[in-house]
This record gives sequence, structure tokens and C-alpha cells, in this order.
Amino acid sequence: MALSPADVLAGLKEIVEEVAGIPAATIELDKSFTDDLDVDSLSMVEVVVAAEERFGVKIPDDQVSELATVGDAVNFIVKASA
Amino acid sequence: MSRRRVVVTGLGATTPLGGDVASSWSALLAGRSGVRTLTDEWASTIPVTIAGRVEVEPSEAMERVEMRRLDRSEQFALIAAREAWKDAGSPDVDLERLGVVIASGIGGVTTLLDQYDILKNKGARFVSPHTVPMLMPNGPAANVGLELKAKAGVHTPVSACASGAEAIGYAMEMIRFDRADIIVTGGVEAAVHALPMAAFAAMKALSTRKDDPKRASRPYDVDRDGFVLGEGGGILVLEEYEHAKARGATIYAEIAGQGLTSDGYHIAAPDPDGSGVQRAIAFALRDAGLTTRDIVHLNAHATSTPVGDVAEANALRLALGADADHVAVSATKSSTGHLLGGAGAIESVFIVKALQERLAPPTINIENIDPAVTIDVVRDKPRALPAGDIAALNDSFGFGGHNVVLAFRTL
Repeated sequence: MALSPADVLAGLKEIVEEVAGIPAATIELDKSFTDDLDVDSLSMVEVVVAAEERFGVKIPDDQVSELATVGDAVNFIVKASA
Repeated sequence: MSRRRVVVTGLGATTPLGGDVASSWSALLAGRSGVRTLTDEWASTIPVTIAGRVEVEPSEAMERVEMRRLDRSEQFALIAAREAWKDAGSPDVDLERLGVVIASGIGGVTTLLDQYDILKNKGARFVSPHTVPMLMPNGPAANVGLELKAKAGVHTPVSACASGAEAIGYAMEMIRFDRADIIVTGGVEAAVHALPMAAFAAMKALSTRKDDPKRASRPYDVDRDGFVLGEGGGILVLEEYEHAKARGATIYAEIAGQGLTSDGYHIAAPDPDGSGVQRAIAFALRDAGLTTRDIVHLNAHATSTPVGDVAEANALRLALGADADHVAVSATKSSTGHLLGGAGAIESVFIVKALQERLAPPTINIENIDPAVTIDVVRDKPRALPAGDIAALNDSFGFGGHNVVLAFRTL
């Protein structure tokens, strides 16, 4: 069963806060990981691995560069969980 | 052109005695021990269960998010470097004239081992992308260099337990050779972990006095039975003399010279004839323009091993001759344990404090001094150092036969 976008967003907020120290309240769907949230390339790897583990999905390395915003990541994870 | 002189204008530390220089120094003078029984889960799996953990955990001085991408050795380096930099007055310096030389004997060994556990237990995908920057031995120097935006060069000499002293000597040379005006330098170590401790224990290098942790590190005592591992580090801000004067910096002491030799004898044992140590002392004195008459204090390497302490003491007696009678020798590892690559650095911090306050710190835990020790060891209580121009030496030796002697003097 597909995960709900709201659950995925809530989970991603926790992961990004844990990995990069960004307050969950400032993490929104339209925020860019690199430009707005200052998540560097190494931390992005951590976010991806933590998201895979938490949501039980695979995020292939060649897809990671496509996930520019938090919304992109939520959409990808929801689709992958379907 | 006369040689550029190098002075100390800032100090920082985090040690088993305290989270900064002031608390470490006052605990040292009070004769305290920073050695304790380990409470880590793995401690019951190894034969030695005591060590000198830092008195103040990095989590009390640093944000969680910053900590999680730094090896413990890098956390120590940043904490001590921030203190030293602030102590130096956060100097406004041309960044192309600012360098960093910070050593570690072993590097990010706890990161390496923890990530290996993750690799085995969870798989390659879960190995942290921060692993390499955390485990590399130059990581402490690199992180401090990054924070200060230093552009004159960032370096990490490695010579086991002489690493910290070698870093400080290298930093002095960088300023002398006009590569920089200010260098943040020192050494750190964070190797309190089952594997390095089991490995040192396998060499029979560690004290097994686990029922009496505070009295386990006992350099020069007849019943010494090995060193006690410590962690933490010391950082000094070195500065070209005229540069320091021009900005009105507080100058604590001058670092006047260094002597470096190698034994060519054994991978781990000290050369019993101590000639490498004697030559290093002679070179340091010559480099500093000092004689044995000028030396009033020496912070010895003296790790509390049966062979090493006497070999060093004999070498000191031979190198200093009759003048050894007026050298107050302190073995501060009796209080801190052995900080490996951080040892020469924290002991240099203590020497600068000793010159500044004219007080040689005590060596604790000598119940019965080894009769083979013919040098004047400061025992139990601090000892006043004479007025006037005085100088002090710091001895550091490392597995591999590395001998490093640094010379400091009042200014």
C-alpha cells in the first residue's frame, strides 16, 4: 500500500533534522535540499539511506540528483512505495 | 636578516583533568588524577579497564549536528583550538599567513572501527559518507584549518607518541621560514576503544592496576607496570614575535628551538643507551641558543613503563650533566595518562603555564622512587621555579624510534 504524502513529509522532516540539524518547521515541500536547506552532498547520501530504511523503498543513485526539492523526494518515495 | 622568533600567544586544551587549560592546570597542580574505570559496554571484554577519558564530554561544548560528522579526535581539536584562538585574542590575520599543524598518533580509529561494525552488521550501503573525512589522521588539522579559513598550509606530522611535539616544531619552522605569521598547532588523540587498548595490552605496554585507577600511572615508581591510555589534546597559537608585539598580544613564552633524532634501534623499545634522546636535547639547546645551565624545568615523556622511564632518565642525566641537579623534572602523565599523539602538545601547554607561573607541576603516585632514577623529580606538590630568564624542555618519544625535544623560554 502506498504511503501517504503527509506521512512521508513528516518522516523526511525528522531525517533532515537529525542529519543536517535543520529545524523540522522550516522544511517544506518547495524547499531545495541544497539551495534552501544547505544539505551538502555527503549529508544528502545520509538522508537517502535513512529514507530508504525508514520507508522500505529503493532510491537508486542515478535518481538522487533528480530529487532537488523536498516535494520531489516525497513524490518519489510515495510512488516507489506503491 | 636575523632569524624570525616565534612566541606562544594562545593556549587551549581538553584533557582527563578538565575541559580547558585553566581547569586542567589547576587540577594538575592539585595533584589530581584523570584516570578512571571505564563504563563502556566493551570494557569487560579487554584485560585493561582503566583510562583517562576527557573530563568534559565534547557534547557539552559542541552542537549535536556538528559532532555527528566529526571523529572524536576532531571534536577535541576544534574544542581546544577554539579556546586557544580566543585566548590569543582572535587575531585579525592575513589568511594566507595563517596555518594549522595538528597531529594525531592514530587518527580516527574509533570511526574506522565503528564503521567496520556497520559494514559487517548492516552492509556497505549504511557506511557513513562522512567516514573518510572522519578517519583520516589529518582530519583534526583539516577541520581547524577549515574553521579558521587558514591558507598558509595545513599539516599533520605523524610519529606515534611524538606526533604532538613534532607538530609544534613543524609549526615553529613554518613561521621561522616565513611561510606564515600565525600557526594553530598541537596534537589530539581519541583512541579509548577496545581494539587499540587490546593491542597496547598485547604489547604489555598498559598498566594492569585496574583496581586502583587513580594510582595506576606512576612514572619513576619502582612498582610502575605500564602506561594508562588518555585522550584529549592541547593546542597552542604560535606567532611571529614582531607580529605579536605589533597587535599588542599577550606573549606567554618563546618557543626557542627543537631537536629531532631517530634511534635506528627497535620498532617499539627505546634504545637503552639513550643516545638518540641525548642528541635531540643537544640539538634543541643549540637551535635555541641555550645551554644546560639555562634549563630549570623539564616535562619528561615518562609514561610509567618499566623500561622507558629509566632509559629516558639516564639519557637526561647524561645530556644535562651536573646541570640536571637544578632541573625540576615533571612527569605529568601521572595525572593525565598518556595522550599518545596529544601528549607532546598538552605537555607543551603545561610547560608554557609552568614558565608563566614559575611553577613546576607535580608528579603523583611515586611511593618509592626507582633507585635507578638519578634526576630531580618534582613529587606530589608543585615546585617554584627561579626568577629571571628561565628555560624548559619537553621530551617526546614515539614507537618507531622518534625523539623530539622542544625548548621554551621566558621572554
